[in-house]
Amino acid sequence: MIAGRFLLAVSLAAAAAGCATAESEPRDPWESMNRRIYRFNDSFDDWIARPVATRYRGLLHGEIRGRVRNFFSNLADPFIGVNNMLQGKFEDGLADWVRFAFNTTFGLLGIHDVASDMGYEKHNEDFGQTFGRWGAGPGPYLVLPLLGPSSVRDGMGTAVDMVADPVGLFEPNAARNSAVVLRATQVRADLLDASRLLGEAALDRYVFLRDAYFQRRRSLIYDGRPPREEVNDTPEPAVK
Amino acid sequence: MTMRKLLRILAASFLLLPVPAIAQVAPPPDVLVKNVTLEVIDLIAKDKEINAGSRAKLIQVIEAKVLPHFNFASMTALAMGQGWNRATPEQKKRLIEEFKTLLVRTYASALSSYSEQKFDFRPLRAKPTDTDVTVQVRVLQPGMQPVPIDYSMEKTAAGWKVYDVMVGGVSLVVNYRTEFNNAVRNSGVEGLIKELDTKNRSLEAAAGKK
Repeated sequence: MIAGRFLLAVSLAAAAAGCATAESEPRDPWESMNRRIYRFNDSFDDWIARPVATRYRGLLHGEIRGRVRNFFSNLADPFIGVNNMLQGKFEDGLADWVRFAFNTTFGLLGIHDVASDMGYEKHNEDFGQTFGRWGAGPGPYLVLPLLGPSSVRDGMGTAVDMVADPVGLFEPNAARNSAVVLRATQVRADLLDASRLLGEAALDRYVFLRDAYFQRRRSLIYDGRPPREEVNDTPEPAVK
Repeated sequence: MTMRKLLRILAASFLLLPVPAIAQVAPPPDVLVKNVTLEVIDLIAKDKEINAGSRAKLIQVIEAKVLPHFNFASMTALAMGQGWNRATPEQKKRLIEEFKTLLVRTYASALSSYSEQKFDFRPLRAKPTDTDVTVQVRVLQPGMQPVPIDYSMEKTAAGWKVYDVMVGGVSLVVNYRTEFNNAVRNSGVEGLIKELDTKNRSLEAAAGKK
């Protein structure tokens, strides 16, 4: 609960910092700032991230990309386990560590996900979700430079994720930086289809992405089984 | 009891419960989802035109196989929220048509990036008397958390119909609500219809270029 109070204090401080504008969406009081960062991210994506990811996908066979994905996915499993345990899900947390043990050894440093074949499913956890599980609400929407959609709570979660990131331990610096870039490229390549879909489905991509982000995070915090939200503006669906 | 009498009782009993008898012929929702999914995936894998990148043929398959199982009127009403009541019957018809076109195109685009992922059809957790159920499917891919796809379905006289799809916890219908509300607030129902129409036309033009 200390963490919850800490988050509350920080979000209050951020709100008092004075970038609040009168916008229609209560979850997005900093919309004008967010939209500016969003546009910056979009240009970065148009000119650098997406072309690089597209080229990467074109150059490397799907199987090799799968191994890159598995390698970084395996490095994340120990802290996914820590987060599961911090949320009281000890069995899931242990399963994550078992995954790491099997994949690092039999899976040759993680490039093969042998644990999934053995029935140990991959989980999706991070510190933002742990804070949410502890009772912290998302707070205002926040678009992070280069990283994209987030919230005050999840932004702080991301900061802790970064400190805990094992890739940060890579030596020397050149190896660490290459690993960070490779991982980002892999992640962007995996999202190529999704981002194309977003562009096709949305009338206003900023709004569509923001709403999807809140829905997605809520679902993740409750591990896919969120309680029903109060919807009071839903008319009778029965129409001809 | 004579044969004739038995037949008469049988015939009468059918007359007495025509609607439930018909409803029972329709497959249960989880079976329906499984059958349609596997059928469409199979069709796509075998179709030469689709494999050659024909978006038109893909949309044709979706319209024939998937569309009949969706209730687009419900979906549009849910996505519109309060704005729905402000639309005239004629506007509602156009809204449903435009939203349907947009969703079909999006669906076609999603299907065209399908590549041999495996499906895990979850057992249905519902009572036989339920008329509103969630059918859960998970898409499995190595090295990644399975992606859950939840179909919200309602029982109608014409069988089970999908009225919302949740992908990874994101409800498609709910996700359109803010955009639709914004459009209605800024430029009315007519403005939203126009925006959807423009969107659909630009997607069609982009697809035509390929």
